[in-house]
Amino acid sequence: MSSQSRAADDLTRAPSGGPQGFLRRYVFSTDHKVIGLQYFFLALVAVTVGTILSLLMRFHLVWPAAHLPFVPGGIMTPEQYLALITMHGTIMVFFVLTAAPQSAFGNYLLPLQIGASDMAFPRLNMLSFWLTLLAFVVMMAAFVVPGGAPISGWTAYTPLSGLGEIAGPGEGMGQSLWAFSILIFCVGSLLGSINFIATTIDMRAPGMTLMRLPLTVWAWFVTAILSLLAFAVLFAAGILLVLDRVAGTSFFMPAGLVVNGVLQTNGGGSPLLWQHLFWFFGHPEVYIAILPGMGVVSHILANFSRKPVFGYRAMAFAICAIGFLGFLVWGHHMFVSGMNPYSGLTFSLLTVSIGVPSAVKTFNWLGTLWGGRIQFHSPMLFAIGFVSFFVTGGLSGIFLAQPAVDTTLHATYYVVAHFHIVMGVAAIFGILAATYYWFPKMFGRSMDESLGKIHFWLTFVGVYCIFMPMHFVGIAGGIRRYADSTGVAYLAGFQPLHRFMTIAAFVTAAAQLVFFYNLFWSLRRGAPAAVNPWNATTLEWVAASPPPTDNFGGRFPRVYRGPYEYSVPGAETDFLPQNIPPVSDTTGSTEQRHAG
Amino acid sequence: MVSSRLRSRGSASPALLLAIFLCLFVAVTVYVFVAQLYPAPPPISQDAVLVDRQYDLTLYVTGSAFVLAQLGLAYAVLRFRDRGQRASFLRGNIALEVLWTSVTLLAFVGLGILGRNAWAGVRFTPPAPDAVQVEVTTNQFIYTFRYPGADGKFGRLDPSLVNAPAGNPLGIDPNDPAGRDDIVVSDLTVPVDRPVELLLRSQDVIHNFFVRELRLQQDTVPGMIIPVHFTPNRIGQYEIVCTQLCGLGHGTMHSHLNVVSQSDYDGFLKRQALVQ
Repeated sequence: MSSQSRAADDLTRAPSGGPQGFLRRYVFSTDHKVIGLQYFFLALVAVTVGTILSLLMRFHLVWPAAHLPFVPGGIMTPEQYLALITMHGTIMVFFVLTAAPQSAFGNYLLPLQIGASDMAFPRLNMLSFWLTLLAFVVMMAAFVVPGGAPISGWTAYTPLSGLGEIAGPGEGMGQSLWAFSILIFCVGSLLGSINFIATTIDMRAPGMTLMRLPLTVWAWFVTAILSLLAFAVLFAAGILLVLDRVAGTSFFMPAGLVVNGVLQTNGGGSPLLWQHLFWFFGHPEVYIAILPGMGVVSHILANFSRKPVFGYRAMAFAICAIGFLGFLVWGHHMFVSGMNPYSGLTFSLLTVSIGVPSAVKTFNWLGTLWGGRIQFHSPMLFAIGFVSFFVTGGLSGIFLAQPAVDTTLHATYYVVAHFHIVMGVAAIFGILAATYYWFPKMFGRSMDESLGKIHFWLTFVGVYCIFMPMHFVGIAGGIRRYADSTGVAYLAGFQPLHRFMTIAAFVTAAAQLVFFYNLFWSLRRGAPAAVNPWNATTLEWVAASPPPTDNFGGRFPRVYRGPYEYSVPGAETDFLPQNIPPVSDTTGSTEQRHAG
Repeated sequence: MVSSRLRSRGSASPALLLAIFLCLFVAVTVYVFVAQLYPAPPPISQDAVLVDRQYDLTLYVTGSAFVLAQLGLAYAVLRFRDRGQRASFLRGNIALEVLWTSVTLLAFVGLGILGRNAWAGVRFTPPAPDAVQVEVTTNQFIYTFRYPGADGKFGRLDPSLVNAPAGNPLGIDPNDPAGRDDIVVSDLTVPVDRPVELLLRSQDVIHNFFVRELRLQQDTVPGMIIPVHFTPNRIGQYEIVCTQLCGLGHGTMHSHLNVVSQSDYDGFLKRQALVQ
């Protein structure tokens, strides 16, 4: 028996302990793993709702006059369509792209990967989940209140979002619930991020230096810092918006507004202030969604290439650089807003600069594959898909980063294509890769590989079929957020492409049923998983599958080496887990010279 | 332990499929761009031509990176698929990393700096003194255009006087003599080959003024007057559309830009002066 399997056995044999009652153990749990799974299943519900909304949108764009039995009135109205886009964007950005990669997988895995027994503040952790759930319930309530869900988009630009019912249907109670939900979500995220930061700093196992952290942990750590700074600003902006709506203040309302022929009494506010505050949050939010995916992909590419991550330090620094620069580029969302054109140039140069660490990551992912022994398990396929999407979506961003070019592409379907590929589906592929990869650890069973591969191919090809034509529509001037193509003459020419995209969307969505079937079938019937089925190196694979309440059964690992010691020359196996001590401190063996 | 032979068999088809798909994907994408299957409409101002040049330059740079990266990915998954070989133990290569970081920095920041011309040329310089001045006002969900009339001065606006049913959608103060000859219309008509300055404002929420052929898109923001200027060089009628989500009628909010000869423009002003 090799030394690493001895160590693994020792750490998985201990009793689980922890609270035994159902409510304390699975509902009001302070166990980071249970909370991670709660976030995961909340995100599954949210992504299902968000996807159904997007399918309704795609359907309406192509068949605007179709009779829909479940739509009040039978035929979808423009305000119902705008409510769909608002709620689709909001649900996906907050309750899927923020909740799943960071809160779900970060919660579950960060303590395990750093060798800790739990998060630093378990009760805060529980509170952050319950606040997020409450925020989701409040958001969903917007669908059923009089006037329906808000129609101002997920960006909720003022004055539209601040005026109330007079600005349009959905702008009454629906928009208020939206704002309250976002405020609650912000508090949950702030509590969560404090927890992630404290845990990473204070609770690492002996020997787990910063340069031995898995890149996933680097990503969750930096994302938590982004969350802390970004959600604080959104919270402040949200408070001001609520005050404008309910207390008669005018933070975002200038004087002299005439809405629907009625002179408003507001005065002294600035609509652009909302945009500055919103995008100060909104752009880092893009990285909150994607950085964890980057960490996951680096991790998985190394595992299934059986190679160390190429340029580990550069990868860690790139995560930090992207996080830092992410706070300096919000103005690129506002090139056409009326902001000073000199600011546009500054934001442009800062934005193209962020392409540099992003490109470093891409190069290093290719470098990780290069010379490897690539095994195409489902998680690896999704990780490779992520790289392809990140290249496509990242490069299309270089157009939008330049204000002159942005003036012709802004608010067209090109933008929709860009952010869906780079922030939406790339992040979703990160989530899916993580699900296939860590499912055996989370549930002690394996997902079905064949179904996983079918899911990958239908989704990978389907996503490109949805979003590549969207670029072409945008370049030709097709405008987003239009309920149908009848209002402007030249839009009719894009209908054939829209039909193709809609069909692709339905096929891709249907492919997700394969995933759901696989997920829920495997929870009950999946083949029992080994402790370390992927022959991986990081500490979560040392714990039992699923890990006991305190993760390592009271015997906490000590870390002796970096996180990606694959194919180390002279080693017995092609992977050396982080908790395996060097053969000898003085032998100077080949393995010793290369590792550590 | 799965044998190398079995692993090899399991890796060949996904690797091949991935490589084939990525190559096909790149080929189709390049074809659509090279064949210009979905082009933007031809530009109608010199500033729009500058934007197109910057767009083309960006397309060449990012397009090359796209092709190289996707094909590189295709090659890597095919070439290094598991065939039972031993993976190379390679932690990185500082020289290579410095090289590709520098190349990317030069390419991307270079593009950003070059992009200044198309942006700054028109925005950092004031319009010519003889520019045709038109005020553009947006509200849910219409555009209203105001010409200053023979006196060359816009009359004073008062939001409390806004009354569209009574024929005063902008709230022009009837007591201000400068406003008496103002021309208010729902389409924008401008002479060809003459500089035009628009003063963009909004009454209620944020809207947008977008003309594809001018490559010009600008939000109209309540509380602000945002000037933009351009010189159209091709006679024709072009769509003006709103691109900023402004409420339930957003998708129907549009108007027309009529670029006409100087004589037609003079005739337009005369006709409107009689009508108003």
